[in-house]
Amino acid sequence: MNATRPRIEEAPTRMDRPLRVLLPIAVLALGIVVWEGVVRFYDIPPYVLPSPWLVFSTLVSDWGVLAASLVVTLTTTLEGFALAVVGGVGLAVLFNQSRLIEYSLYPYAVILQVTPIVAIAPLLLIYLPQPLAVLACAWIVAFFPVLANTTLGLNSVDHNLADLFRLYGATRAQVLWELKLKAAMPYILAGLKIAGGLSLIGAVVAEIAAGSAGAGSGLAYRIMESAYRLNIPRMFAALFLLSVSGIVIFFALSLVSHLALRRWHESAVVREV
Amino acid sequence: MPQNSITSPVTPGPSVVALRDVGKSFASGVVALDRLNLDVRPGEFLSLVGPSGCGKSTALRIIAGLSAPSSGKIEWHEPSAAKGRSRPSSTDHSQSRIGFVFQEPTLMPWATVAANVRLPLKLKGQAATAQPRVDAALARVGLSAFAGSYPRGLSGGMKMRASIARALVTEPKLLLMDEPFAALDEITRFRLNNDLLELWQSLGKTVVFVTHSVFESVYLSQRIVVMTPRPGRVFTELAIDAPYPRDERFRTSAEYAGYCRQASEALASAIAAGEPA
Repeated sequence: MNATRPRIEEAPTRMDRPLRVLLPIAVLALGIVVWEGVVRFYDIPPYVLPSPWLVFSTLVSDWGVLAASLVVTLTTTLEGFALAVVGGVGLAVLFNQSRLIEYSLYPYAVILQVTPIVAIAPLLLIYLPQPLAVLACAWIVAFFPVLANTTLGLNSVDHNLADLFRLYGATRAQVLWELKLKAAMPYILAGLKIAGGLSLIGAVVAEIAAGSAGAGSGLAYRIMESAYRLNIPRMFAALFLLSVSGIVIFFALSLVSHLALRRWHESAVVREV
Repeated sequence: MPQNSITSPVTPGPSVVALRDVGKSFASGVVALDRLNLDVRPGEFLSLVGPSGCGKSTALRIIAGLSAPSSGKIEWHEPSAAKGRSRPSSTDHSQSRIGFVFQEPTLMPWATVAANVRLPLKLKGQAATAQPRVDAALARVGLSAFAGSYPRGLSGGMKMRASIARALVTEPKLLLMDEPFAALDEITRFRLNNDLLELWQSLGKTVVFVTHSVFESVYLSQRIVVMTPRPGRVFTELAIDAPYPRDERFRTSAEYAGYCRQASEALASAIAAGEPA
């Protein structure tokens, strides 16, 4: 069966590893050089398109403002993420333990997920204090992948292993802790990887929705503010920080996943050919 | 050797567990078992042989309490004569004395071999005193050196050994095995056959072994129960009166070949009998 599985890839060769790091960096460098060259050659004004160098120097000169905003946005993101993990895993476990609760609530979890967050954010801002509304947005966007993946994982238990637990008279709690949650771990971690990036998106969407209210100070708010003031270099600098945050979150969660699974799960094992 | 040789396997006497007119039909309408009667006698090595789908695995699962019979009943008898009576007991009670080996090794991939073998004790709240018993069970199957390994690093045969160690760790009286070696290559299977016989002789367990291989059942068992195709019933039974220990010499003997022919013929008749006229 393995032989026909289309997903089997060639094992990374010795050359692959440096190439996988070097090639994206080369593309990035090339892009920056072309960008800088185009801006200088055509003498494009910074309020239309700032050069990479100007963006970088703005990042340095405005660091005080930007760093404070970064902290605000990251705090929201991480809080939203943490709540999404607790809420997503918690709800999935609840659904798994009680079919009635699952039937009652699951449709609403889906509705929450399929309704665009951009449409929900303004409503939340009416009913909740702004920091709470932003946090709620981050949570709403991020919790569903955790819920869906954890549910899938909890239901993916090997039937024979489940029989084995029954044979030895395992309690409900033992089945949950020793079998279901452990078997679900790869799924949960995959959900977290998605949720990490989504909670950042949720935070940004909410900040932008709140932007005109003016009370915010996160990175997305800075982007809006800079746009109104035609401070395009600062816009780019803030955008850059948002991207870096997303990348760091993704790699941090990938590392956690790898460390948790490397001893036993196929996904974390490098095949030797 | 002589004290080990059991020449009369079909000793009458109280059974460890008996199935009485057990039927099993599934919600899908499939009737897996129909009035199955089976006595498992203390200390015997019993094989259930039948065409695939004849319900032999279902019978095993019913004995294990993993599946409830639709009709008929299961009678358990206390092997300890201390109380001077044999009484049918509840499913819960029976479970503590059963070891079950599945067709797949069924190990938890996230746990080491030792942790997998420890599982039954842990689930029973005996984790504190588990270590020497886990060590002993691993030693019995020759896996002591792999206690700290994860299942994915083991060969198919080693995984099955770990699975057997886990079944033995609670020191069950009755060992139920559901085609445990079916997925292994022949060389590994022969080795595990021999090791299983050695364990059976030294530990004095009762073994019910489900297989679709006539050869394997003849090599291992004292008694073979041949089942009909679905719905499964007992077609006939066969005593294999060859002494233990059995080894590769037995596998090439005329006696073995004779029993294999008998068993094959019985199985062929069972299949023919099950076919609609």
